[in-house]
Amino acid sequence: MRETSVTKTSVTKTPVANADTFTGTRQPASALTVDRLSVRFRLGRKGKAGIVHAAADVSLRLRRGRVLALVGESGCGKSVLTSALLGLLPANAQTRGRALLHGPGGDLDLCTAPERRMSRQVRGRRIGLVPQSAASHLTPVRTARSQLAESMRHLRGAASRSDVDALAERAGLAPASLDAYPHELSGGMAQRVGFALALAGEPDVLLADEPTTGLDRALVDHVTDGLATAAAEDTAVLLITHDLAAGRRVADDVAVMYAGRIVEAGPAGDVFADPWHPYTRGLLGALPDGGFEPIPGHPPELTDVPDGCAFCARVPDAPGPPCNGDPEPVAVGGRLIAGHVPC
Amino acid sequence: MLSAKDLVVGYRRGRPVLDGVDVELHPGATLGLAGPSACGKSTLAAVLALLLEPWSGSVTLDGQPVRGFRHRAPATQRTAIGVVFQQPRLAVEPRWTLDAVVRAPLVASRRRDDGIVAELTEAVGLTRELLARRPHEVSDGQLQRACLARALVLRPRYLICDEMTSMVDASTTALLVRLVRSVAAEGTGVLAVSHDDALLEAWADDVVRWR
Ligand SMILES: [Zn+2]
Repeated sequence: MRETSVTKTSVTKTPVANADTFTGTRQPASALTVDRLSVRFRLGRKGKAGIVHAAADVSLRLRRGRVLALVGESGCGKSVLTSALLGLLPANAQTRGRALLHGPGGDLDLCTAPERRMSRQVRGRRIGLVPQSAASHLTPVRTARSQLAESMRHLRGAASRSDVDALAERAGLAPASLDAYPHELSGGMAQRVGFALALAGEPDVLLADEPTTGLDRALVDHVTDGLATAAAEDTAVLLITHDLAAGRRVADDVAVMYAGRIVEAGPAGDVFADPWHPYTRGLLGALPDGGFEPIPGHPPELTDVPDGCAFCARVPDAPGPPCNGDPEPVAVGGRLIAGHVPC
Repeated sequence: MLSAKDLVVGYRRGRPVLDGVDVELHPGATLGLAGPSACGKSTLAAVLALLLEPWSGSVTLDGQPVRGFRHRAPATQRTAIGVVFQQPRLAVEPRWTLDAVVRAPLVASRRRDDGIVAELTEAVGLTRELLARRPHEVSDGQLQRACLARALVLRPRYLICDEMTSMVDASTTALLVRLVRSVAAEGTGVLAVSHDDALLEAWADDVVRWR
């Protein structure tokens, strides 16, 4: 199966950013292109206590109308991307590469844009954030309606009662429930209010950073349905998650991150049906319905990432395509794969 | 057997969370309890872990009625039941090393380490280097590995896992569940509480679903 699907395609080692990573026939417009983005943190004075390589040469493309799931174990560096794309990295962070937000007025590099521009034009307006615990971002002393209305007034300039009702309905909330205070809302309702807040500025790009952690199944389904709906309305969605089952449920495209690098990416159906990288296989094989087998060992510390293929340093004898030791993903048949190129 | 009969329990007067619940945990068997948040499954877990006193009803441990809850639970009964919670960061002393976390029950009950610590820490995949770290220096998944080792260090006859894996990734989940299954195979009775049906289907011998 794997051989027939791959032998027809050639392996091209082009810079990832130039290769159109998911080469279908016609692709929806890119909303955001992350181009060889690296983020590192220097610990201690002048980095003497070590350097955290949180992201290394990460390339991703977010398209309107599609959900890209970025999956990986906790601590693999995926959450630093949220901060980088929102211009919220701490002062000791250093970035290299670009993250281009595409728009009618041209491209904006989120890594170098001034904070003033990020806060006035980007955060909440062009990029919405669904945070890990949406409910905890609500102010306890004000009703859901007043918080949504204020957010809309702030982001759009005006908000009538029916505007707020319409926003609530997009997030799956009955307008009647908006007059409740946060403590009167169930977990599911509070999650929806948080989701509505992320949509208040009508963003082109929605970032969801571990939005399902600790939620029960019904709420997880609600969150993933909300993301799918946003994509159906032509938003570009990035779902950052360690919950592979949630990612599998909603993603159109998937990128798998290990030790700060993308090790495999492509259309979700192809990658989940036929994973090439041993790490992707390990993640799928750990799911209850995938074999329930843990991956041995631990991911490396991001202060001490081995050279070459970091996963093979952890699990040297994983089955599948052999490792060429190259940590840089290459384009193969509409997918990206690092080190373990099928042959 | 660890059993509860006709349990009535809650947190606010007149509003029981559980009203007339019966449950039995058998040695060597794993009972899965599935249901959404706030359905009362964690309340049942807390009663069976002897951490919450029921308003009425009885709890029986290997034929003996349970004579007290929380700090009033007799040591012989308390140490027969291990428990692991959802949030490892709320369940450990932040200043201790993971090694001290795992050993704490041995120290508290003045028992010697007959090699169980090494056996368990290897089974949960904690290296010597990780054991020397403190909670803020490890991931949630690594900390939960220590919490499971701690829950098993007195070789309890029963183990209560309340959403043990809901904060950790799939690989850590598979590893923790594998260890719990192996102690169940040696005779420990297990209650596995989770909102994740697919997980319990793969883990437990029987699954009860609450609404
Ligand atoms: Zn490799």
